[in-house]
Amino acid sequence: MPTALSISNLNKVYDGGLQALTDVSLEIRKGEIFALLGPNGAGKTTLISAVCGIVSPTSGSIKVNGNDAAKNFRAARAAIGLVPQEISTDMFEPVQSTVAFSRGLFGRAPDPKHIEKVLRQTALWEKRKDRIMTLSGGMKRRVMIAKALAHEPEILFLDEPTAGVDVELRRSMWDVVRELRRSGVTIILTTHYIEEAEEMADRIGVISNGKLIVVEDKTTLMQKLGRKRLSLQLQEHLEQLPGELETWPLELAGDGWELHYDFDANAEDSGVPALLNKISGLGISFKDLNTSQSSLEEIFVGLVNKN
Amino acid sequence: MTIHSNVTKPPPTQPVRFNRHGVWAIYKFEMARALRTLWQSFLAPVISTALYFVVFGSAIGSRMEAIDGTSYGSYIVPGLIMLSVLTQSVSNGSFSIFMPQFSGTIYELLSAPISAFEAVLAYVGAAATKSVVLGLIILGTASLIVPVEIQHPLWMLGFLVLTSVAFSLFGFILGIWGQTFEQLQFVPSLILTPLTFLGGSFYSIDMLPPFWRTVTLFNPVLYLISGFRWSFFGTSDLGVGWSLLMTSLFLLVCLAIVSWMFKTGYRLRS
Ligand SMILES: Nc1ncnc2c1ncn2[C@@H]1O[C@H](COP(=O)(O)OP(=O)(O)OP(=O)(O)O)[C@@H](O)[C@H]1O
Ligand SMILES: [Mg+2]
Repeated sequence: MPTALSISNLNKVYDGGLQALTDVSLEIRKGEIFALLGPNGAGKTTLISAVCGIVSPTSGSIKVNGNDAAKNFRAARAAIGLVPQEISTDMFEPVQSTVAFSRGLFGRAPDPKHIEKVLRQTALWEKRKDRIMTLSGGMKRRVMIAKALAHEPEILFLDEPTAGVDVELRRSMWDVVRELRRSGVTIILTTHYIEEAEEMADRIGVISNGKLIVVEDKTTLMQKLGRKRLSLQLQEHLEQLPGELETWPLELAGDGWELHYDFDANAEDSGVPALLNKISGLGISFKDLNTSQSSLEEIFVGLVNKN
Repeated sequence: MTIHSNVTKPPPTQPVRFNRHGVWAIYKFEMARALRTLWQSFLAPVISTALYFVVFGSAIGSRMEAIDGTSYGSYIVPGLIMLSVLTQSVSNGSFSIFMPQFSGTIYELLSAPISAFEAVLAYVGAAATKSVVLGLIILGTASLIVPVEIQHPLWMLGFLVLTSVAFSLFGFILGIWGQTFEQLQFVPSLILTPLTFLGGSFYSIDMLPPFWRTVTLFNPVLYLISGFRWSFFGTSDLGVGWSLLMTSLFLLVCLAIVSWMFKTGYRLRS
């Protein structure tokens, strides 16, 4: 698949001496949705800002559609739309003119048809004449999205687009993102809602302390790192784990009515048959059992803690 | 027929060399803001200048003798226009770039495919336009109160534009440098206003004792006012060539500073 964005050996040391990015290399494929995950202060916004020209990299190179972001900044930046993490826009301006302004700023001729399309897409058409200061927080965030879409970018960065947005609106934003992807737009998003990445992303990158520690297809990542949990619903209530089971990674839950066993889904020997043998040997009986795959969130927490 | 076939075409992803839509978008935005705040932008300076004319021109001026054959009321017209144009240029120029940094909207400018030159052209162009319009409005107001005659209208316009551009650019630099509102106020009120008052807005430097006359020669604003006054009355304290030279020099210094700022990302990019 052709590459939309290619970052190699990117480093960023802020003036105060803080190293926010360390040797980050990353290729984003055309047309994919890439989710960048990481705890607060990991460097997600710094990475995005470096690509968009808001932060100057200390070293390394960034290519957008093959255009060097520094040397060929016009071509590189014209292809990118950015929805920043913070809502910052001219509060006294009406919605429509702000969005039209963004289109002009990015070098595109006026196109009221496209502005209308974007405003309808972000459900702002009814509010187009209103000053931004009179909108709610969620609407303001959609204004930021509309501004980023005004110049028909090929690559869209969404830095926590759904922070502080209600469930219904979040779903409708996901629809917008999917629609954009269908039309061929490459999307890179950051989020702290892991279910968002799980739901939307094709690939996932995890950044921690300025280092990109994992880049993987979402499904592969979940398979590779996925832990499974076996839950046993017990017939009889247990006060505590019997001493014989102490060597097993077991956990008593549900007030002693449930036993949890976490295991690696990909290991040759999951240990499940041996455990079940052992349990029945101890005379513990259960009414039901089930296994569940760990969520991306659990994977993510595990990864970050390891680093 | 094939003569032009070997002319290398720019690659298809390479957009235009000059982002005219971007420049126009910023310019339009800045002008729209001025119209929205019409009161502060134009009416307030006009009223305060009208008061100057009433007090200095009519009330006090009627008791003053003519300078170089010009009545005092008319004599102060160019200086008063310059006083307003300088202050407004600096404040327009500085706020136009300070506010986006303050509110965070600068992210969009920094991420846009617009060069430093284009951004300066748009912001400074808008700030200077406002100043020129303001200068002309004050001129119109003045002509209602005192007799005004302009001997070299084109030169007058030329000086007005040159000064507006130079000081809007100076304001722009101030706006990038300043981190607080106080710093933005500091330079205009503590440096610019004294320089303008002492730069011969209200008198000819020939009226000063020799020592102070020499001191005044180091005041750059003197050259602006002197040149501008020459375009009105055909006489001035200093040669018009000096005025033109000093104003252009000031403009060039500002241009050099601003291009250095953009090149290094000074206070704009972290
Ligand atoms: N302008 C700046 N000057 C100095 N340090 C900065 C600047 N911006 C960010 N940092 C630091 O760089 C590090 C990475 O910040 P960044 O904003 O990229 O994190 P993030 O992953 O986006 O976090 P969050 O999830 O909270 O948005 C942090 O330690 C932060 O304090
Ligand atoms: Mg961030």
